[in-house]
Amino acid sequence: MWNRYVTPSGMTRRHFMSHAAGAGAMMGASLSFGHSLRVHADELKKSRKSCILLWMGGGPSSMDIWDLKPGTDNGGEFKQISTSGDVLISEHMPMMAQQMHHMAIIRSMSTREADHNRGRYYMHTGYVPDANVDYPSYGSVISHEVISQRPELEIPPFVSVGGASEGPGFLGMAWAPFNVTSNGRVRNLEMSVDNDRLMQRRVALETIENSFIAQKRGSVLEDHRKVLGKTFDLLTSKQMEAFQVDKEPEEMKEMYGKNGFGQGCLLARRLVEAGVPFVEVDLGGWDNHQNIFRTLQNDRLPVLDKAMAALTSDLSDRGLLEDTCIIWMGEFSRTPRINADAGRDHWARAWSVVVGGAGIKGGQAVGATNEDGTEVVGEPYSSEDLMASVCHALGISLETTFTSKNGRPMKIANSGKLIKDLFA
Amino acid sequence: MRSIHRMQRTMFARTIRTIRVVLGAAVLGWLGLASTVCAFQATEGASASAGRASKRAVLPPQVEKIDKAMESAWADAKIKPSAVEDEIKWCRRVYLDLIGRIPSFEEFSEFAKDKSPDKRYTLVNKLLNDDQYTEEYAAHWSTIWTNTLIGRNGGMEERSLIDRQGMNKYLRDSFANNKPYNTMVYELVTATGTTKPGTEGFNGATNFLAMKVNEENGVQATAAVSKIFLGLQVQCTQCHNHPFNQWKQQKFWEFNAFFRQSRALRRFTKGTNDINFVELVNEDFAGEGSHPDKAEIYYQLRNGVTKVAYPVFIDGTAIGKSGYVSEVNRRDELGKMMMESDFLDKAIVNRVWSHFLGYGFTKPIDDLGPHSPVSHIELFEQLAKDFRNSSYDLKQLMVWIAMSKPYQLTSKIGKENESDDPSVGELPKFSHFYTRQMSAEQLYTSLAVATQANRKGNLEEQQRRREDWMRQFIVAFGTDEGDETTTFNGSIPQSLMMFNGELIREAISLEPGTWLHQLSQNRAAPQDKVQYLFIAGLGRKPKPEELTVATQILAARKGEVGGMLQDMWWAILNSNEFIFNH
Repeated sequence: MWNRYVTPSGMTRRHFMSHAAGAGAMMGASLSFGHSLRVHADELKKSRKSCILLWMGGGPSSMDIWDLKPGTDNGGEFKQISTSGDVLISEHMPMMAQQMHHMAIIRSMSTREADHNRGRYYMHTGYVPDANVDYPSYGSVISHEVISQRPELEIPPFVSVGGASEGPGFLGMAWAPFNVTSNGRVRNLEMSVDNDRLMQRRVALETIENSFIAQKRGSVLEDHRKVLGKTFDLLTSKQMEAFQVDKEPEEMKEMYGKNGFGQGCLLARRLVEAGVPFVEVDLGGWDNHQNIFRTLQNDRLPVLDKAMAALTSDLSDRGLLEDTCIIWMGEFSRTPRINADAGRDHWARAWSVVVGGAGIKGGQAVGATNEDGTEVVGEPYSSEDLMASVCHALGISLETTFTSKNGRPMKIANSGKLIKDLFA
Repeated sequence: MRSIHRMQRTMFARTIRTIRVVLGAAVLGWLGLASTVCAFQATEGASASAGRASKRAVLPPQVEKIDKAMESAWADAKIKPSAVEDEIKWCRRVYLDLIGRIPSFEEFSEFAKDKSPDKRYTLVNKLLNDDQYTEEYAAHWSTIWTNTLIGRNGGMEERSLIDRQGMNKYLRDSFANNKPYNTMVYELVTATGTTKPGTEGFNGATNFLAMKVNEENGVQATAAVSKIFLGLQVQCTQCHNHPFNQWKQQKFWEFNAFFRQSRALRRFTKGTNDINFVELVNEDFAGEGSHPDKAEIYYQLRNGVTKVAYPVFIDGTAIGKSGYVSEVNRRDELGKMMMESDFLDKAIVNRVWSHFLGYGFTKPIDDLGPHSPVSHIELFEQLAKDFRNSSYDLKQLMVWIAMSKPYQLTSKIGKENESDDPSVGELPKFSHFYTRQMSAEQLYTSLAVATQANRKGNLEEQQRRREDWMRQFIVAFGTDEGDETTTFNGSIPQSLMMFNGELIREAISLEPGTWLHQLSQNRAAPQDKVQYLFIAGLGRKPKPEELTVATQILAARKGEVGGMLQDMWWAILNSNEFIFNH
């Protein structure tokens, strides 16, 4: 491998490095937090779990998609249809209806954050926004926990497609989402120099970088170095082909839907195949304060239905679904009561998320809401519980603890409890 | 996208022409380089603090107030502040914070050569008050405020009601004239007129509210005005009484009632469906009960019960209920009451303080509600009062902070203050400078200056080109509230841009006529050229190991100096030391 870096003058990177004090520290990703998982690498490779989060920015209306209340004042315009599972869903999700045997609807989510920013943060981290501690999001936590199963991975372990996702919090920028557009185009990949020269530049850069870090001017500088290391890895990696969603056959692109979200889901499948443990795909436009039924029927639901059904069946066909957890959720849902503008406002007290794959028992609804959809009947579940359950599905121990920079230990998923019915 | 590239190319073509002129002088003066470089000796600690002691008498009294409060807080917390920063590093910091870019080689040199004990104070005053910096100062602060008021994406949306250039122009003019802050807020909150420069009745201040009054009964205007100018986060209380916020739902709608006469009217390009500009007007408001002389609004409690609200300010002061603009101009009344509120003073002091010192007295800086813990509460309140008494002179406030002890400290963390780390949730003690990343705008402008392209061209055009470039980093969240974030945040996309992006490729270009080409052609020794690069980029001379790498790279380039300079400049620009403000 070192031969790749031999320069015309016969100088290798290693030779350079021997002259550049401490430059080796940039190599590889250094983990600053302890893992509770200590399993042999081969075993880990056998149980390679991934997760795809379908993030519905704006807060989609559970009552019009997954938990309909036909015939009530709040019910709205849509009818429900039967599915391949033991659940009924909206008539405007006909393709997904054929896949529901893979998926479980959790109908008893009950949370308290009904502001977009707070809700997005809470659903992504399991913590309410806290001025004092910046918590890591799903993608950061999960990729951090399963990275050791993927010694060969050279591309970022947490990819966010078409949206911003949430940040890495106290895990540091090395665990930040890698943001790409839904066509998988990664900007600024084309290098203007060959690998040899890139590696020489790397040595010069490491020399400056390291001497500044040695001055102890804050941990953000260390994070910068880690991100540089990951960027170098990615630049020279063949695995970047996974982002080339254009290489998919035309039928495949059609099947997912030729729109941003559809192609984003297709990209997510490619990335998971390539070994990326966490992909988030963003579909916005659910903040339907006005004209909710027309918007859902004509615009949002057809896009969602096609892409989500394609993703589920495609993963299943490829044998990937048993190791890949799909999560569908937004920051909250919408008011059961329909407002004067034929819309629904923010509602977090009783709502639905959908999960499937990675050993989760599909075809069922877990929990329920009351007749008019305003309250949860039975045990309510929180973001923490959902996160704990997803972690469990992915083989991550719920005893895993993180230590934030100030030394405070905290359990993964904010000590959320397992939603047992998902695994019955 | 293609057109952006073309614009960038045009910009760099212009850069190339101008560099010829600028660099001519630099190259002629090359023999002076060695002596200039000699001026770059570390001055951390003793000499700088001695300098401060002898000039204390001339500083505004607020500086001492800050220093005393900080010193006593350090003593209470039993921590020892870091040493005073090397003055060259501090010089870089103060250029970045005051005018939004690093100093040029010449500006570094000038400061390094100044032997006066008052040199720091002189520099702050120069950047704030010298005519040669007025435009840059105004451009920098208008960029910050444009992003605050309308977001980085404001005006870029499809069928946007905002004219971003109009917003920029209003703010640039305001900062160039050092308009009192309270006047600026009053104008932004009460603005009427058109959004687009050159149209009849143009008032750029209208762009702040142009897209926040029509939809959802002005909920966005309510949230933005209270958060940005008063430090009150009320958006959650729109729907219900929030457990973590003392604001009640009633207060939200009472505040909202001030915006209900306001409309943003679309004016179309003749014969098309394209919005040409928008006119922000106040119209008579009949109220939701259709009684214009008592124009009420309704909102719903979570249990479905409908309640009534009229305009009432946060301190409980009610105004006339009439919806007729001729009887009660609701936004004008709001503006007047905001001028009297001490939340106005605290919100801006917190914002400016955090701009210079990395953290505010509260976190986040725009949440001053009773649930937010405050560090240095007496100092905070005192500065807010002093700022009001200064007639809201932003430049004075900047002097107080930029000359205060915490702003002089190095970002190096010692054994005795390593507990002072707000990133892990401690309240900031400001016992060392908090290292932070440059903003994308600071980076862009700094690159222009480091490649000696800064002073040329129209700043307004530069700002526009920079905003086009910025768009690659903006990610929207898909909500009605236009929430957004940026990927220029230290993650991989940013690194990729710094490695391979067009901006960097141009900055390290060896095309004839570029700055780097000129440097490569110069007769000075290669080592001196490397020194020049380090000073221009980092404000310091290279270390022995850095010179060693340069020598090795020169060998790998088979003695081709231009290639070596390119590689070293690439490394400097990509380093933490360059991209961070420290």
